[in-house]
Amino acid sequence: MSAGGAVLELAGVHAYYGRAHILADVSLAVGRGEVAVLLGRNGAGKSTTLKTIIGLVPAARGEIRFDGRRIDGLPPYRIAASGLGYVPEDRRIFTDLTVAENLDVGRQAPRAGAPVWTVDKVCALFPNLKAMQNRPGGRTSGGEQQMLTIARTLMGNPSCILLDEPSEGLAPVIVDQMAAAIKELKAAGVSVLLSEQNLHFATEVADRAYIIEKGRIRFTGTIAELAANAEIRNNYLAV
Amino acid sequence: MSSIVVQFLNGLAGASTLFLIAVGLSLIFGVTRIVNFAHGSLYMLGIYIAYSAVGAFGAAGALGFWGAILAAALAVGLFGALVEVLILRRIYQAPELFQLLATFALVLMVKDFVLWAWGPEDLLGPRAPGLDGAVAILGQRFPEYDLFMIAVGPVVLGLLWLLLNRTRWGTLVRAATQDREMVGALGVNQKWLFTGVFALGAFLAGLGGALQVPREPAQLFLDLTAIADAFVIVVVGGMGSIPGAFLAALIIGEVKAFCIGLGNVTLLGVEVSFSKLTLVIEFIVMAIVLVVRPWGLLGRPQAAQRAAPTHIEPPLRAALRGLAAGAAVLALALAALPLTGAAYTVVLMTDILIFALFAASLHFIMGPAGMVSFGHAAYFGLGAYGAGLVLLRAGAPMEVALAAGPLAAALGAAVFGWFCVRLAGVYFAMLTLAFAQIGWSVVFQWDSFTGGSNGLVGVWPAAWLSSKSAFYLFVLVLCGAGLAALRRILFSPFGYALRAGRDSPLRCDAIGIDIKRLQWAAFTLVGAFAGTAGALYAFSKGSLSPDLMAIPRSVDALVMVLLGGVQTLAGPAVGAAAFTWLQDTIARNTEYWQSLLGATILIIVLAFPQGIVGSLARLGTRAEAE
Repeated sequence: MSAGGAVLELAGVHAYYGRAHILADVSLAVGRGEVAVLLGRNGAGKSTTLKTIIGLVPAARGEIRFDGRRIDGLPPYRIAASGLGYVPEDRRIFTDLTVAENLDVGRQAPRAGAPVWTVDKVCALFPNLKAMQNRPGGRTSGGEQQMLTIARTLMGNPSCILLDEPSEGLAPVIVDQMAAAIKELKAAGVSVLLSEQNLHFATEVADRAYIIEKGRIRFTGTIAELAANAEIRNNYLAV
Repeated sequence: MSSIVVQFLNGLAGASTLFLIAVGLSLIFGVTRIVNFAHGSLYMLGIYIAYSAVGAFGAAGALGFWGAILAAALAVGLFGALVEVLILRRIYQAPELFQLLATFALVLMVKDFVLWAWGPEDLLGPRAPGLDGAVAILGQRFPEYDLFMIAVGPVVLGLLWLLLNRTRWGTLVRAATQDREMVGALGVNQKWLFTGVFALGAFLAGLGGALQVPREPAQLFLDLTAIADAFVIVVVGGMGSIPGAFLAALIIGEVKAFCIGLGNVTLLGVEVSFSKLTLVIEFIVMAIVLVVRPWGLLGRPQAAQRAAPTHIEPPLRAALRGLAAGAAVLALALAALPLTGAAYTVVLMTDILIFALFAASLHFIMGPAGMVSFGHAAYFGLGAYGAGLVLLRAGAPMEVALAAGPLAAALGAAVFGWFCVRLAGVYFAMLTLAFAQIGWSVVFQWDSFTGGSNGLVGVWPAAWLSSKSAFYLFVLVLCGAGLAALRRILFSPFGYALRAGRDSPLRCDAIGIDIKRLQWAAFTLVGAFAGTAGALYAFSKGSLSPDLMAIPRSVDALVMVLLGGVQTLAGPAVGAAAFTWLQDTIARNTEYWQSLLGATILIIVLAFPQGIVGSLARLGTRAEAE
């Protein structure tokens, strides 16, 4: 992929927790309208990569570009307000707020070049949310919280969205719903960078794959190339 | 019967004011996680500004009076916004305690500003036009203005509910109270949210103060009494809970009103003075509530802060090279000080040594054990009074009295500590404050035994220590030994276990350490050290007064520790020296020494967020790394 076609690009990014070196020289790119997946085992650095992109973990070195502009070093709110959505792994629903209020927190003005979301539209994507608008976020199931956290981020009308392990801990039927939702996002023109441990789920939705292990990118290629490379899968993904 | 109704109404009127102060503190804490020590100062500013504004706008017309009240509240709100933008915004990433220190610096500066602008006299404003009469309630006269005040609390509660539940701004505030980092990751600029919340909280405190203009005179000590009230209410109601603040304000308001109303009552043949009880009753209520419901009436356990772990404490290092030699040289130099004949310096150094021990005893539980006490002066004062009373009332020799001080303090710390260690964080801090306040008011009011507000005089050391130099050397030996002992204990298994308990209580439980018991032991132990410092202080001055265990003394100790750096061993000694010297130097040169001290603290906080020694140590490790 040429650099001009990438909506999100990391070049040589390093990150630390205290003195622990968590990300080492991470480079990856997400093409416009593409679904890219970051695969790796627990503790490999997937979540940290996404947190570094959104600015919750500072990038010590390297460059992060979104829509061609440097975003590393910016505070998270400015990155999010420029159209890069972030969905955390642990969902981080505002449990005291109702479902409708959770969606309201995520709301941002419409932005050129990105689909515009409304409460009705996110409820069309996740029909479960429609009937529970006034329920406190803390009194929803795990699957409903996963839908709500994605819907909340979509209310910001992002052109690209970072999804941290959306299939984790969910019942198979909900996982299928997530896969369908990601495909719909792609169809609507939203670029996606998703982190996953579930290779089957990733293969179903992604175009491009990266494998991360111990904070380093070990594989870069299309999802078809990964499917064809049993050795890589065995080395870095098999449990 | 009718007097009970009137007392009840008095309680409701008082509750409204308490609610206005406390609710802003609660809101600010909820969103910014800053415990705003200066909140009482905002209240005090409100009453002073309103006093002047009523004078300027004219108190005769309703428009002038109410316009002045509103203008005063808005002015305080604006001041709050400025404080947030200019100071607090720079220190949200700093350790919690530094934020506290910065807001305490504001307390000092606001107090001196008020002294400069309005002078030391009490100022009583005019009555409110249209509400200056009284109505008859069951045959008793009740002020109209107090009826109005009764309505203010519920009305403000209702308006706040609308603001927080029916506007997007309110939704964002509630979301940020729960997880401000996530709110930022959703594209909301928290900076202005924080400024807005701080301004709103300041406005409410200012309004609470302004509305008091016809009810009580503007006085210079209102800041500390208001902040103590506000802390109690917020903690009783539950940090961050607005209905909780309202409920707690009602309870405290009523309890206070009935204590005043009951006056002296003979119970079972013993005369009990309920009016004297008003000084402590709210702290007693708080202590009971915290023991029964540690998170307050309507509060919830504080969620662990979600943030990248940027503040991992590096392990304490046993000793820098040459430290032992350095300490020996320092001890020799200090021992030689009286030879120079600098009498004033000897007295000042005596103070510094005593406060170094006092600060080190606080540091022991604050830094390594992670328990921040807001009431450490209680044990300093108990030590001083223990020694003084044994000397004067029991006629014991000075040596015996000196030993009685730490014993009394350790006993007090054991009793209070048993309650306190059940709590953690801000709640622990508040309960220690409550116990200190209880101790203070007992000493303050027990005229026949403790000498009440006058204190005790004639607490002089034995003949062999009567010269300033001899006493200084005596203090040097005792405090030096105390500091060395505290340091030694930190590097014993007991000290390691305390630090483990600070870093991970759960893991301590899992490996069989009874962390609460260790913390209780530590609390009692440092009580004895603080008591030693207190007893020495009493003998060095020859007198003692309730001020020894009042809130400002506890804050002094906190400031010393924070100045030096919480996670350094030499910090408290250096902090005590810097603080005592600064206070002495500034106080001799200006009437407004408090604001200079405040400004100095503020500069240090903004420039050295790790404390003096902490910052030096960081420079040291950086130099080592390069």
